[in-house]
Amino acid sequence: MQILKLTCKNLRDKIAAGEIKSINAVSAVFEQIEKNDAKIGAYISTFKEQSFAKAKEVDEKIAAQKPVGALAGVPIAIKDNMCSTFGATTCGSKILQNFHSPYDATAVEKLLAADAVIVGKTNLDEFAMGSSTENSGIKQTVNPLDYSRVPGGSSGGSAAAVAAEMCFAALGSDTGGSIRQPAGFCGIAGLKPTYGRVSRYGLVAYGSSLDQIGPLTKNVEDCALILNVIAGHDEKDSTSIDEKIAPVQDWLATVNTKPQNFKIAVVPELFKGADSEVVAAVKNAIEFYKKNGAEIIEISMPHFDYAIATYYLIATAEASSNLARYDGVHYGHRSKNANDYIEVYSKSRDEGFGPEVKRRIMLGTYALSSGYYDAYYLKALKARNLIRGDFTAAFAKADYIIMPTSPTTAFKIGEKTNDPLQMYLSDIYTIAVNLAGVPAISVPCGNDNNLPIGLQIIAPAFEEAKLLQIARLFEISRP
Amino acid sequence: MKNRGKTVITIDMDKQKITVERVKTVAKLARLNLNDAEISQFSAQLSDILQYIEKLNQLDTAGIEPLAHCLPVSNCLRDDIIKPSLGTEKTLSNAPDSDGQFFIVPKILDESGNL
Repeated sequence: MQILKLTCKNLRDKIAAGEIKSINAVSAVFEQIEKNDAKIGAYISTFKEQSFAKAKEVDEKIAAQKPVGALAGVPIAIKDNMCSTFGATTCGSKILQNFHSPYDATAVEKLLAADAVIVGKTNLDEFAMGSSTENSGIKQTVNPLDYSRVPGGSSGGSAAAVAAEMCFAALGSDTGGSIRQPAGFCGIAGLKPTYGRVSRYGLVAYGSSLDQIGPLTKNVEDCALILNVIAGHDEKDSTSIDEKIAPVQDWLATVNTKPQNFKIAVVPELFKGADSEVVAAVKNAIEFYKKNGAEIIEISMPHFDYAIATYYLIATAEASSNLARYDGVHYGHRSKNANDYIEVYSKSRDEGFGPEVKRRIMLGTYALSSGYYDAYYLKALKARNLIRGDFTAAFAKADYIIMPTSPTTAFKIGEKTNDPLQMYLSDIYTIAVNLAGVPAISVPCGNDNNLPIGLQIIAPAFEEAKLLQIARLFEISRP
Repeated sequence: MKNRGKTVITIDMDKQKITVERVKTVAKLARLNLNDAEISQFSAQLSDILQYIEKLNQLDTAGIEPLAHCLPVSNCLRDDIIKPSLGTEKTLSNAPDSDGQFFIVPKILDESGNL
């Protein structure tokens, strides 16, 4: 049996049943990493010794019939913007290259408590700012399906690691599509939960009102399994949702329930901007749902077109404020050429940040600066309300909204790096979801020239159960 | 465009949305020691992006409340109970320079106590 072909859930079940030893799974993963990651570049750091030790501990517990966690012995990767007390937490940035977090992110803590084996930390666009992982200050990650193409971003390392079978699942973070778009580009499943569903404690902040941690996995069932482990209120994150409002559920228990009498909204005007192969694949998926009992309704989302402009003001404004903490004093890089305290800030930041991070800090600082605040930032917050209103109106008529994850399949490395605006425009379908705070998933729905196409399904806030069910229905019916 | 502060706004509405001078001011606010090449590149790129963002002006937002976040919660307060914190050693463990008790930075005030 090829261990690496197993899903996260299957491996988990087989380890728990004593059919496979965790140590063999970990061993297979490290062989795969050693064979392929020099070319793919998914990992910034790996923890071989620690992984084998954890696997041994889990195997012994199982042999002794002691209770184990929900991910016992399963090799999992985490995006390198989640703090861990083991290894560095670089965030893909030179400014944090040698940063060793004194605490674990809550999501990381929960994985460890579930007895997962964290095999490594994955590459990303610096501070999660990007759509291709080309903005990493550490290394280049390529798409495992075509090395001349990007894996997507910013969770490109996580998506590539899962797609190349160098782990069984990975955590990513999604501020404007950073889980869904790389999942789409690499042909795997990626879930952005509702804002507030998963604690952001220990997730290095980019756009705090938009950031959310979620799973990248081989299939939808695995998304449910991982969400079961990482979801829940955390007193260390005041924006994590009270479980009285949105209780944690057993999503794995309900993921295989077939949804009945459901309505899907599609937005015809949004198909105009996508490649014809992408449109055809998404329309096929809509036909599939129609045959499986869905009522399809056509709607309009009049403010959707303003999402990118709105996002790049709000996210950069939040980023300029969040990234003020990198001051060359408390942690991170300090310039050796600083002559006074102002230069400690300005030279450390200039040397430590890459071009895209500087660009976004500049844009955000500008949008918040005196005289511009009302025209840019405040205007964007009002536009955000209108965009959320489009979703509220859509969900009054339908249970789900379906659209592509991205307008194209994975693009060539270097294709968009000289034109930041073109790069931003590639996030057209994913960004509005973060502004509205609702959950969405990307699942593979076809190929164009052997490159995967992502289907994006969006559900109302805290309706992950319904979202996972409809995505699973599509997945199990595909060849 | 409303001017709330003392800053003089210089926008050439025809093409360049953000001038080199304005980029320099913003870089200073953001504490980024940009070189001339970066300043001119950002001036062009930010102008493009701002040009695109101008489309928000087509939106009528009169009477629309600004939306800072989407959660149905506000003012999350915990009980005022002292809990263990990180401690000095861990807090200073990543500091570029420290003496074990404090972060060390270059002198900020001169002999007469001025900045």
